[in-house]
Amino acid sequence: MSQSASTMGNEKIGSSRRKFLKSAVTLAGATIGYTWLKSSQILIFAAEPKDETLPWYGIAIDIEKCIGCGSCAKACKNENDVPKEPFFFRNWVEQYTVKNDGTVDIVSPNGGIDGFVQRVPDEDIFKSFFLPKMCNHCAKSPCEQVCPVGATFLSPEGVVLVDEKYCIGCRYCVQACPYGCRFIHPVKKVANKCTLCYHRLKKNLAPACMEVCPTGARMYGNLRDKQGPLVKFLKEHTTQVLRPNLNTGAKLYYNALSSEAR
Amino acid sequence: MKRYIPPQIPRLALAFAIVISLFLVLRHLLIPDTFGKYGPYRAASMDDYSTIEIHYAGQQACFECHQDIEDLKALDVHSGIHCETCHGPGQKHSTSAEAADILKPTGREFCGNCHMMNAARQKDAVLQVDLTKHNIGKNCTECHNPHQPWEMKK
Repeated sequence: MSQSASTMGNEKIGSSRRKFLKSAVTLAGATIGYTWLKSSQILIFAAEPKDETLPWYGIAIDIEKCIGCGSCAKACKNENDVPKEPFFFRNWVEQYTVKNDGTVDIVSPNGGIDGFVQRVPDEDIFKSFFLPKMCNHCAKSPCEQVCPVGATFLSPEGVVLVDEKYCIGCRYCVQACPYGCRFIHPVKKVANKCTLCYHRLKKNLAPACMEVCPTGARMYGNLRDKQGPLVKFLKEHTTQVLRPNLNTGAKLYYNALSSEAR
Repeated sequence: MKRYIPPQIPRLALAFAIVISLFLVLRHLLIPDTFGKYGPYRAASMDDYSTIEIHYAGQQACFECHQDIEDLKALDVHSGIHCETCHGPGQKHSTSAEAADILKPTGREFCGNCHMMNAARQKDAVLQVDLTKHNIGKNCTECHNPHQPWEMKK
């Protein structure tokens, strides 16, 4: 009785050892195979742009300097041929007014293009500020991740772009962007968004919104350049991104961002 | 001893080979050349962006002809403001030199976009005017030269 039980035990151990060795060899083989495939770039989708010679663009907006003139929003529409009617914006300005009773009034008449008229009387205001908004050019952008056809992507320079020939207009990215920075172009019927004026960057010109900002509240620059003006600005100011909890890797840094900002 | 292979195995293998090779051929034809060069997208679409024409020329292009305005502007508080902030996109005008291709904004509302009283404007960021009280009925440019706002006209 006891002898037969011990034999059975030995068989069990023998078979499980064989199984273990088999799976160990398979795992090792798969790991080596995957490493080889990855290094030979056969698995193209695992490739990551790591070109250190290219800039890695970031943006900074100084809320203390913004006077809400709407020049940026206007220039963006002119430069990029964005439809002029409201609701199509690549960049716009909001006015936040925190009242003494604690409620927050947020307005953005035509994206700020026509200027702002203060609609809360001075005596009711706790504080008020302008919040210019645009694409955050996230390093881990949700819009890029949901695109089913690979039409939206993060360029090697860190600019989120839309391939208009590939976009099928499914609106997934419009839903996914937590900053509301995308829309469907009413004529082209494809997704449209801020490109950080990619066509201007290629000609060494500043994006249109930054070209026209009268107070220098907006700036862009190379985050890899540790001596550059953008990194210097980030070093000298207390900056924050919008919705940091979403871990989007946003590269649009606001100076003096109030906690009421959404 | 030769192993027995059921006749359906070679047939199935052939069918699989045809389907897989068809898939590979189709995949090769359907995926654009530059797809996957940097990641799961068409790298050539970045070149499409480079061909878009610019509308804002930048103020250096303005100063090539309007040296006098550059000198005038440098003396006063509007020196830091680029020409196209008020005058709009200037690329067309910089090549045609036609007055019709550039904006010449006037009016209290336009100046008010920056200078109207607003609680959100920092007091030291920009000078603010109460447009409901300041010289009502008059156009700003009747007294102020926008290139040199503190050299009063009268």
